Amino acid sequence: MPLGGIIFITVFIAVFGVILIYLARAIGGVAKRTSKAKMEIYECGIEEIEKKDTKVSVKFYLTAILFILFDIEIIFMYPWAVNFRDFIASGSGAFVFISMMIFLAIFIYGLWWEIKSKALEWD
Amino acid sequence: MTSMGTSSFEITVNIIKTLAVFLMMVQAVPILVWLERRGSAFIQNRFGPNRVGPLGLVQLLADAVKFLHKEDFVPDKANRFLFYAAPVFALIPASIAYMAIPMSTPLILGESRFLIQGFEINVGIVFILGISSLAAYTILMAGWGSGSKFSLMGAMRASAQIISYELALGLSIVGVIMTYGTFNLTDMITAQMGALNFSGFGYTTTISWLPNWGIFYQPVAAVIFFAAAFAESNRLPFDLAEGEAELVAGFHTEYGGFKMLMFFIGEYGHMMIAAGLMTTFFFGGYLIPYITPDDVYQFGLNNFGSETAAHIFNSAVHFLMYNVKFALFLWIFIHVRWTLPRFRYDQLMDLGWKTMLPWALGNTIVTSIVIFSAAYFSISFPPAVEDVLKQIFKYFTRT
Repeated sequence: MPLGGIIFITVFIAVFGVILIYLARAIGGVAKRTSKAKMEIYECGIEEIEKKDTKVSVKFYLTAILFILFDIEIIFMYPWAVNFRDFIASGSGAFVFISMMIFLAIFIYGLWWEIKSKALEWD
Repeated sequence: MTSMGTSSFEITVNIIKTLAVFLMMVQAVPILVWLERRGSAFIQNRFGPNRVGPLGLVQLLADAVKFLHKEDFVPDKANRFLFYAAPVFALIPASIAYMAIPMSTPLILGESRFLIQGFEINVGIVFILGISSLAAYTILMAGWGSGSKFSLMGAMRASAQIISYELALGLSIVGVIMTYGTFNLTDMITAQMGALNFSGFGYTTTISWLPNWGIFYQPVAAVIFFAAAFAESNRLPFDLAEGEAELVAGFHTEYGGFKMLMFFIGEYGHMMIAAGLMTTFFFGGYLIPYITPDDVYQFGLNNFGSETAAHIFNSAVHFLMYNVKFALFLWIFIHVRWTLPRFRYDQLMDLGWKTMLPWALGNTIVTSIVIFSAAYFSISFPPAVEDVLKQIFKYFTRT
């Protein structure tokens, strides 16, 4: 892994971004407080409704949990996929193929159950 | 720093190279914005920016100067640290992931060998997928830090959308990995050299008038990958994050001036990653159809005499070819944006979970069955059928 290069460029981009923001702040100046309403968050003329007053649907949480489950299952397929031809060449292809098909059957059952239990219905 | 080279010359060149790739990405954004505005104008039968400079090309420079002169605004209710950190963080994942995509044949100067990419990583795909999904944090940081309800709702929608399409994206690549048997992007490109060549079931067929590109092996994966890439980079028809009719501007409602521009760079960076990966996985990367890099090298050697000049010529020609394919996909991104209407949110989630995920799963299963049975079984036909099949193959494989 070219770790040195990655760390170098990450730091460089971060510094680049910070410099850009400071440059814009130096040239454009800080917003003057001409009125209280100017410093409020966006709202169409009525009193501001803040983040803490906002209710977010629990479906987002459910989606995130389901994502973690399925994503881990997909990550399990990556090492299998990259070595599949090697396993076939070495003669143990049938075992690897059948065990992955069992895993995929569980995956498909999970997806089917998830759709059937209406976890993915948005209204 | 040993991984960046063995001599101080190599280390210096590699550092300059990473900086060059980054700056190339950043300066491609104004060109893309200009292309997008001109393209949309012509699609909608109007002119677009055509006043500043020739064809309006300097418009974005003028915009950047104007952005610099905007006053720096933070709402009182915002979390100041997150509010400032989000645009800086937006630049990082997109640029670093793009650097892992190979853009040309390695440049050989004397003893040293330089790859035309930011850095080579052996597990290229996994690295790019992992790093580019960090973009979800950018959006959440911006949405949470702004303290506005529109930002928060936009951020929630965007992150739910990104993680949903991440599944289809990740699963569609499994078939591609199985086909090439490697994670390394350079190896994938090398595998796509030459004419289309199917082998299996005891037969080997070469179709000499088609290049050996991934799209002929994995057409379903290509479609799913490209569609999911639109959702990953928050482009229309999947830009629910900033549906202005319902959410004002989504997660960047409170942003303006240069900070807004940095979100733009991030978004276009994700477009570039998607276009580069499409090129690499399915369209032969930097390779020129019908011509191998060795042919180009020989042509350079015959015409320029010295080996160094031939190597530079080789890399330059392939770099040009990569950029032609790359630009074509970027144009498709822009064209689709001005052609298709936006989805509704429940339609978007249904498409991701109930359509694209099962199709990607089916693609994985079919690919594995075909690879498995192609290696283990051979099909034999009756002589009469085999004659007809040979005639059909002859038609396809004629030169």
